[in-house]
Amino acid sequence: MITQGAGYLRRKWSSRAMLILSGLGAGLCILILALILGYILFNGISYLNMDFLTQPAKPVGEAGGGMRDDIIGTFILVILGSAIALPVGLMAGVFLAEYGKPWAASAVRFAADILAGVPSIVVGVFAYAVLVRPMGSYSALSAGFALAIIMIPVVARTAEESMRLVPNSVREAALALGIPRWRAVVGVVIPGALTGIVTGIMLAVARIAGETAPLIFTALGSAFGYQGLDQPIGALPLQIYRYALSPYDDWQKQAWAAAFLLVIIVLGINIVVRLVSRRRRR
Amino acid sequence: MVHEAVNQADKESRSEAVAAAPVHVRNILEVKNLSAWYGNMMAVNNLTMSIHSRSITAIIGPSGCGKSTFIRCLNRMHEVSDGGRVEGKVLLDGKDLYARDVDPVEIRRRIGMVFQKPSVFPTMSIFDNVASGISLTRLWSRKRDLQDVVERSLKKAALWEEVKDKLNQSGGSLSGGQQQRLCIARAIAIAPEIILMDEPCSALDPISTLKIEELMLEIKKDYTVIIVTHNMQQAARVSDRTGFMLLGELIEYAPTKEVFTVPKDKRTEDYITGRFG
Repeated sequence: MITQGAGYLRRKWSSRAMLILSGLGAGLCILILALILGYILFNGISYLNMDFLTQPAKPVGEAGGGMRDDIIGTFILVILGSAIALPVGLMAGVFLAEYGKPWAASAVRFAADILAGVPSIVVGVFAYAVLVRPMGSYSALSAGFALAIIMIPVVARTAEESMRLVPNSVREAALALGIPRWRAVVGVVIPGALTGIVTGIMLAVARIAGETAPLIFTALGSAFGYQGLDQPIGALPLQIYRYALSPYDDWQKQAWAAAFLLVIIVLGINIVVRLVSRRRRR
Repeated sequence: MVHEAVNQADKESRSEAVAAAPVHVRNILEVKNLSAWYGNMMAVNNLTMSIHSRSITAIIGPSGCGKSTFIRCLNRMHEVSDGGRVEGKVLLDGKDLYARDVDPVEIRRRIGMVFQKPSVFPTMSIFDNVASGISLTRLWSRKRDLQDVVERSLKKAALWEEVKDKLNQSGGSLSGGQQQRLCIARAIAIAPEIILMDEPCSALDPISTLKIEELMLEIKKDYTVIIVTHNMQQAARVSDRTGFMLLGELIEYAPTKEVFTVPKDKRTEDYITGRFG
């Protein structure tokens, strides 16, 4: 006969309570995402049309117009940021995983983690101080620089983590074949870690595509489309910020559409990441 | 049992044939007062021995006696490990591997290595695995030029017949025994003079083990093989000379037959008769 002591009921109910609480937490996660997506979809989709994607902005008062220039601007900034951040981030990742002596690696790792935690508006102010002020103008270049600072630690750490997953025996086997260290890293370790590295890069791209605060101090926004890397440039998040705060109904609608588009871009990148990392598992 | 007996007979007839032929045996490798450490822990203690060319030398001994560390010193792989440090000399044809002007990368091309766990490069095809030792040391190489080497190496490693129709498949798709032979083919492809094998069969089933042993007897015609093994029967089956290590020291080193029939040291006798280890 199984005896159920006095503690049994208490344990049973505390177990249930835990299950319910954790289930609630998980449910809220999904609910919040669904609410955001649903709300943006509801408000934004009605204004998302070909004109929105292909037309430049029109002055206040004129109906129509789109965000072509800001969409292009966002792509230019993402490419610019990636062009700066990828070489630096990947090389830092290689150093962390392959070359750094333990003390040096942990120092760099600590610095990267701190850098990743710096509020993005502070990064914007920094870029303003070191690039915008000396150059005398807001510019695409300074915005790319600010975004790169945000991107570097993310890329470095994910690259490091993926390279660490490559077993040491593979490295030793390469060295034992008389393959120089750098070739072993480039030819054996990095290919082995490639899907992980690509995943990290994509997530970093998704992150900077939606950054707004650093752009306020650097890109500024532009009513004339792309004017050159040393000139102000528009970007989707900036335009959302500006249009959403404007008193004009037309602009507010466009802000919703832009928010929807931005979410679609970020979501799309995340889905691609999922597909890439699923291919690795197979 | 039958297999073993046949193999044994086969091996004896072969070693007699080798003994009868006027083979020029020389000391290809001379180890002098070699000691190795991991940090402060000494793993190999003042070891001296000579390795004969075109022969199989087995290093036996209980776990942790330093035998793996010892052969890792022979192609400068020990210094790759954390805290790995070496003192003493290893002369390859009279030239010290640890001399200041010697590049370890160059040494590893002359002294290849096969590890305990088959370490096939997972992202590469079978072909690329075999070719990797060549293609990853040149800036640029055409597949056409590598074809011959790959075929020859796979044939020497007795793997060609099994993989010739699927050279483009991933190396990871092979069985454990095939993977280990792939690693041997990969080591052979760079045409080393010596091949070090660190317990190459400990992760394999008996049939695969038999194949690798046959392979060793085959390649010793062209290469010098040094094998570390837990398995005393394996040492007895394949090797020409055997060294017994204990606690980082080389206790006894002599022709295999002598070590297994008339060991000079009490500790060797205790080990091979199974009294410890």
